[in-house]
Amino acid sequence: MTFRHCDLLNMIRLIGVEKKFGDQPVLQGIDLSIPVGKLTTIIGGSGSGKSVLLKHMIGLLQPDRGEVWVGDVEISRLSGMRLNDVRKRFAMLFQGAALFDSLSVFENVAFPLREKLRMKGPAVTRRVEEKLEEVGLAGMGHKFPAELSGGMRKRAGLARALVMEPEIILFDEPTTGLDPLLAKSIHDLIVTMQRRFGFTGVMVSHEIPEIFAISDWVAMLQNGKIVLMATAAEFQRTTDPEIHEFISVGGTVALPGSLVG
Amino acid sequence: MTNVIEQLGAWAIIRVREMGRMLLFLLSAFAWLVRPPFRFYQIIKQLHFIGYKSTFVVVLTAGFTGMVLALQGYYSLRKFGSEGLLGSAVALSMIRELGPVLAALMVTARAGSAMTAEIGIMRITEQIDALDTMAINPLQYLIAPKLVAGVIGVPLLVAIFDVVGIYGGYLVGVDLLGVSEGAYWNSIQSAVEWKDVYGGILKSISFGVIVSWVCSYKGFYTRHSAEGLGRATTEAVVLSSVLILVWDYFLTSVLL
Repeated sequence: MTFRHCDLLNMIRLIGVEKKFGDQPVLQGIDLSIPVGKLTTIIGGSGSGKSVLLKHMIGLLQPDRGEVWVGDVEISRLSGMRLNDVRKRFAMLFQGAALFDSLSVFENVAFPLREKLRMKGPAVTRRVEEKLEEVGLAGMGHKFPAELSGGMRKRAGLARALVMEPEIILFDEPTTGLDPLLAKSIHDLIVTMQRRFGFTGVMVSHEIPEIFAISDWVAMLQNGKIVLMATAAEFQRTTDPEIHEFISVGGTVALPGSLVG
Repeated sequence: MTNVIEQLGAWAIIRVREMGRMLLFLLSAFAWLVRPPFRFYQIIKQLHFIGYKSTFVVVLTAGFTGMVLALQGYYSLRKFGSEGLLGSAVALSMIRELGPVLAALMVTARAGSAMTAEIGIMRITEQIDALDTMAINPLQYLIAPKLVAGVIGVPLLVAIFDVVGIYGGYLVGVDLLGVSEGAYWNSIQSAVEWKDVYGGILKSISFGVIVSWVCSYKGFYTRHSAEGLGRATTEAVVLSSVLILVWDYFLTSVLL
């Protein structure tokens, strides 16, 4: 697969991003850089605005103040065709997978190929079946989203995200609502795919400590600001009592490589 | 006192803003309609849903509307000894007024409410956001085909409504009440003009826009909860029905 040439170290940069819903400030000056070709995970308490932050990166939400850069394009004031051009570099896996429930799994995965690339016939079939197999859903294409379990729906969503071979994939709590074993299998799948295709991954997650084992970088969102962005090892060494408390609730911090080969 | 004025002002601002948003929604959906890619399959699918699947309920209501019109018309016309005009009474009320209005109200109840619920669920489960992230404009993909289907589907349903209604009137007037068959059809032929038919078509086209527009708008901006979805569906049906009746009055007064 091919990537557009990119000589920047950071794929996405947020500068001083602020967002309010009504009177309630959610993001209060976010400065964050997402390194290219790495998996970065954003953690933080429930309702801290992690998903809101993620949606700013793809222009689903626009900041009240601040800038959002994707490569060399500032997207926070873009709309219409020009925003769509930027979005073509992205894929997003939503919390509930957001599969189109009037379409079968196969048609869901084929959807971006057919609608965006105007692809037809056996080329679509080949690519869709390849992706379904990669996520472990071979032979399930004829099923409808309503007939799938939560974990299978996430896999189908991941296949749909991967099928366009995007440069950037955003994961909005990919393991919410799954049991620990299923969650681990989804995490493994994400890491495997990221290593294989080298896309820039941004994940929002509660899964502490598991995410430390799979992420290259971890950023923590608290009170509307990024309080720390570091590698898992650096996170473990942090002396900040609040951060330490937050990340040690789930058990000891696992170092990269201890869960996933 | 100032408090009351303040609240009134706030209410007015919210309403005006909402109206502006609704209008923008309609205009941008139409703007996206003329841009490629054209999705004929989506239009056919919506036409099947809005048009074909509403046929049964439209035929049923049309039949009974025609029948009751014949009963009422016969009752009034007999007082003047002009039962022979029954055909024209039924046909004119059908074509000019009842056909477009009742068919549009039935489409609102059957297809419009389902449209709001469908789009609303897509909004709540982030399927609309998913379209956005795939760089596919939801207005173009979801809404524009529904507008086209409304504009094509409702006039066709109205045509069926008119014909079935006139035959319903025939059934009661001629077969049950004994009006002469020749008089029934003759009075229709001499009374109905192109102007009447044309007005009916114009009405049904605009009603088609209203149903698709209001119902998909309410679904598109559903609040993120089951309660929000319920409220959106109710609001869609009420607003669409009210708009149809209000618009009908203004259009009639212009057309007359």
